[in-house]
Amino acid sequence: MTQNAPVLIVLLPVTAALLCMLLSRIGRNLGSWVVIASIVASFLCTVDCLYQVLAAGGTPIHYWMGNWEPPIGIEFVIDPLNGLIVTVITFIAMLVSFYGRPFLRDEDWLHVGGYYTLFGLMTVGMCGMVITGDVFNLYVYLEIMSLSGYGLIALGGKKSMVAAFRYLLIGTIGASLYLMGVAYLYAMTGTLNMADLATLLADRLNSPLFALAVACFVVGFGIKMALFPMHGWQPDAYTYAHPGAVALIAGCMSKVPAYSMIRFLYYIFRVDNVVVQHVLDVIGVLGIAAMLIGSIMALAQYDFRRMLAYSSVAQIGYIAIGLAMGNLYGFIGAVLHIVNHAFMKSSLFLVIGGIAYRFGVVNLYRLGGLNKKLTISTITVTLASFSMIGLPPTCGFFSKWYLLLGAYTGAQYFYIVILVISSLLNAVYFFRIIEQMFVQKEASLSEVYKPVGAKLGLPLEMAVPILVLGVGILVLGFCSVDIVTDIIKMGLPEVFVR
Amino acid sequence: MKGFGGIIINIAFRGLVPFTIVYGIYVLCMGESSPGGGFQAGALLAVGILISRMVLGNGENGFNIKGNTSVIMAGVGTFIYAFTGWMTVLNGGKFLEYDCMPIHMEPVHEMHAMAIFIIEIGVAMCVMMTIINLMEAITKRGDEDEDAGTE
Repeated sequence: MTQNAPVLIVLLPVTAALLCMLLSRIGRNLGSWVVIASIVASFLCTVDCLYQVLAAGGTPIHYWMGNWEPPIGIEFVIDPLNGLIVTVITFIAMLVSFYGRPFLRDEDWLHVGGYYTLFGLMTVGMCGMVITGDVFNLYVYLEIMSLSGYGLIALGGKKSMVAAFRYLLIGTIGASLYLMGVAYLYAMTGTLNMADLATLLADRLNSPLFALAVACFVVGFGIKMALFPMHGWQPDAYTYAHPGAVALIAGCMSKVPAYSMIRFLYYIFRVDNVVVQHVLDVIGVLGIAAMLIGSIMALAQYDFRRMLAYSSVAQIGYIAIGLAMGNLYGFIGAVLHIVNHAFMKSSLFLVIGGIAYRFGVVNLYRLGGLNKKLTISTITVTLASFSMIGLPPTCGFFSKWYLLLGAYTGAQYFYIVILVISSLLNAVYFFRIIEQMFVQKEASLSEVYKPVGAKLGLPLEMAVPILVLGVGILVLGFCSVDIVTDIIKMGLPEVFVR
Repeated sequence: MKGFGGIIINIAFRGLVPFTIVYGIYVLCMGESSPGGGFQAGALLAVGILISRMVLGNGENGFNIKGNTSVIMAGVGTFIYAFTGWMTVLNGGKFLEYDCMPIHMEPVHEMHAMAIFIIEIGVAMCVMMTIINLMEAITKRGDEDEDAGTE
């Protein structure tokens, strides 16, 4: 079975998700447990794959579907870079899948089954997008991820319908642009396999069609990852999404297109040609705008979720400028920030879900005295806030450090200025939360749900994921040197190896 | 949803529906060697059921696949597809490697055709149930509007 581990990452959750409705009909919670078990198994498979790749010194694993040799067949490719990211995704999906259960305790079988079907399919979409080696297959997984994402956002309640519909309209444009880009590349080269595409494109890098295809990809992925002028869908979607699943939506759903953009720009198109250089400049400008405007908009919010959504816009800007630097440290910074930000944002949204679960409101100015009521959550928020600002030893510091190094080696000093300004703005709005939690007088909140005998202030299924992700931020910080030297540097694109 | 049968429609659909369904099954079975396949077969089977439902209404008579059942069956249909992959994986091959199907047939391409046929059944079931579910969702909305109008 070990040789089948790459396909099992996707096959296990997809099978469980498809059967989830049937099993939920038989027993209300049966389907949900099967999906959770499948995601846990999928996580073990990703760990196994990452271990195999690293043990082989970074040689990628190729898995041919139906034993058809690429470029005719479809393949899954796991190299150190996407092995790392898919492990992070399945890890967070695993924690969030446990976390979502208490939110569904009063629902009937149809809702429980539907929620977990969508959740499983979303995990499948994200994992598939990361590990596939075929550009059209990537589109299929992009659609699986997005469609189940729309469903999970729409499950959030009344206002969420509009948010989901808006995201559906904008997201479909993004996916269509990606598909158009794929069509142009196919017209140029006649292949859909990524490795094959990289070889065949090498002598066509100056054609106008290539420039058009790259533009389509950048706008398509830009919409999906909420890069600055295309982020309009994000605040509403994150605010009104189902509180049980929003941690996965906010934490991973916008990172996967960012990773795909890295895959295309650095591994398939290569950054050393004129078209991609120009595109990187554009991404850099958009990233700068995102960092400033996202941070300023976050300052103006009073809803905790909305504030974090705008903060996400700013953080995507960090990833964008890391990409745009086009040098080794910028690349490492961008990849590291994808991983770190997935942890930070997921943990913050888990805490928000907890607050919403217990008190029903998530107003920024009514968090006073939370340190006594939800101790573990408060610790996690503090760690995640420090990490967002970029204080050592939390993980956020290290990705910012690499971004600064990248800007310094590339002599792009204005990035340093923007990074510092954005970090200071982050400090302003995150210290506001910490002040509210620890210093302000206790807010008079009515408890929607009072846990009986739970010392942690929340049901165990919710408290443990919050704690694990909070500790994870510290662990990632301490291990970031190992992650960079042992994993990311093993799978660098060819441009940097030379 | 109310039926809209008159004498002509009521008699005509009795011939039309069985033909549509049998034709759907024909397309499904001959899919691997002629134009057609699971998707078209699923659409035909669904149309057969939809016609009878439009004529007879949502009452006790006629085919009555409820919305929830159709969602479940659509999942099961797609599961049949995935299960073909599981059979080859569990039999020591790769995902969807038809040479490793646990059914042994001579010559080998018969086995491939068999595996494709199982997949087509799954696809047909998924498409059929999805169309029925869409129909259910639309008519439910219409019924709600109608109820609101009469009150």
